Amino acid sequence: GSGGFRKRKHDNFPHGPRREEKENVNPSSALMTSFKSFQLELDTRHDKYERLVKLSRDITIESKRTIFLLHRFTSAPNGEEILDESEVKLDAVRRKIKQVAQELIGEDMYQFHRAISPGLQEYVEAVSFQYFIKTRSLISVEEINKQLIFTAEDREETTVTTSNSHDKQPHTWSLKVTPVDYLLGVADLTGELMRLCISSVGNGDIDTPFELSQFLRQIYDGFTFIGNTGPYEVSKKLYTLKQSLAKVENACYTLKVRGSEIPKHMLADVFSTKTELIDQEEGL
Amino acid sequence: VPKKCQKAREHFGTVRTQLESLKFHEHWRFVLQRLVFLAAFVVYLESETLVTREAVAEILGIEADRERGFHLDIEDYLSGVLTLASELARLAVNSVTAGDYSRPLRISTFINELDSGFRLLNLKNDSLRKRYDGLKYDVKKIEEVVYDLSIRGLNKEATVGAGGEK
Repeated sequence: GSGGFRKRKHDNFPHGPRREEKENVNPSSALMTSFKSFQLELDTRHDKYERLVKLSRDITIESKRTIFLLHRFTSAPNGEEILDESEVKLDAVRRKIKQVAQELIGEDMYQFHRAISPGLQEYVEAVSFQYFIKTRSLISVEEINKQLIFTAEDREETTVTTSNSHDKQPHTWSLKVTPVDYLLGVADLTGELMRLCISSVGNGDIDTPFELSQFLRQIYDGFTFIGNTGPYEVSKKLYTLKQSLAKVENACYTLKVRGSEIPKHMLADVFSTKTELIDQEEGL
Repeated sequence: VPKKCQKAREHFGTVRTQLESLKFHEHWRFVLQRLVFLAAFVVYLESETLVTREAVAEILGIEADRERGFHLDIEDYLSGVLTLASELARLAVNSVTAGDYSRPLRISTFINELDSGFRLLNLKNDSLRKRYDGLKYDVKKIEEVVYDLSIRGLNKEATVGAGGEK
């Protein structure tokens, strides 16, 4: 490994005294002992980080699938089915988040935040999308976190928490989505809402675009309130948000100006020029 | 819809105030590492040993572990220690200039032990790893000093054997 590489650099240097001194290092000195424990501590931490990265990936994938599913929702009869299925999927995601919470017990959240942040953002995007479809409003971060309080209910955990146990402490885990992850997830949500807008027009729904336009504008206003005081990622997403908002506003404009001229079933074609191409590019 | 969106706007307001908290740890990192180095340096000058993590925490008045934001993270401790190595390389050189020919030998023993210790660690490609890469240059510099002394017969004392007992 790197040890061998380093030795080569010292080839033009006397070997004798150096080798001798290195052999004199006592492997069980206090310093060496503490470094051995450092090794263990760092390895354990890195392993945990990797486990969290894997969980985060799983969370991301399943959340994305949920979003795709939700895009198939219409007010048609199977709409209810789709919502139910999305709930099942999100429950699966939450089970993964529970594992994340369990990994993070007693740990400093900040160290591992980068491992799980992408997954959590995707989850926020998915759950807020579902919430919007159901209620036409924006889910709050408190509401999200309420769903992320877990208790020991599975079979293998009840052995620890029977009512007769001496240890009266019920095992609960919770994960708090940070404000930053929430914001980034909501920013991504706007992209999905923009797609929803375009596709709803194709379905002949000419009310949704206007609702979405208003809704997105409110979100945009909220973001400008934060402006550049947030982290870099937020500013970056703000730019994309502006574009999404513009697309939606243009769609509303087109509907307003030309909607009455064009039969509903042809409306989709009106939007199929630039916007659909861009949608395909942005698609996964 | 507008009513609920109004709620969202208020929410963004509260979110804004909380955005700052996570930044602080990063801001403190550099200062913390610097302080670790200084504590380690003082302890070395006093006792020629490596200050322990617990001792540093005590000197700095921080909790050794896990307090939000202000705990002494192992990586910060190790970074500070690596800075100590660089400073000791400098000290070795200046010791010779000042006529102290035995200190460099003791520093050399210490640094070699430190290097052996660091080799045990599996580091990721982060800032700690980069700083660790600098350790070999410190080791080399100190070895050069020792070498210069030994070929000129200036290290009258025998190399301190079994140097790892500190």
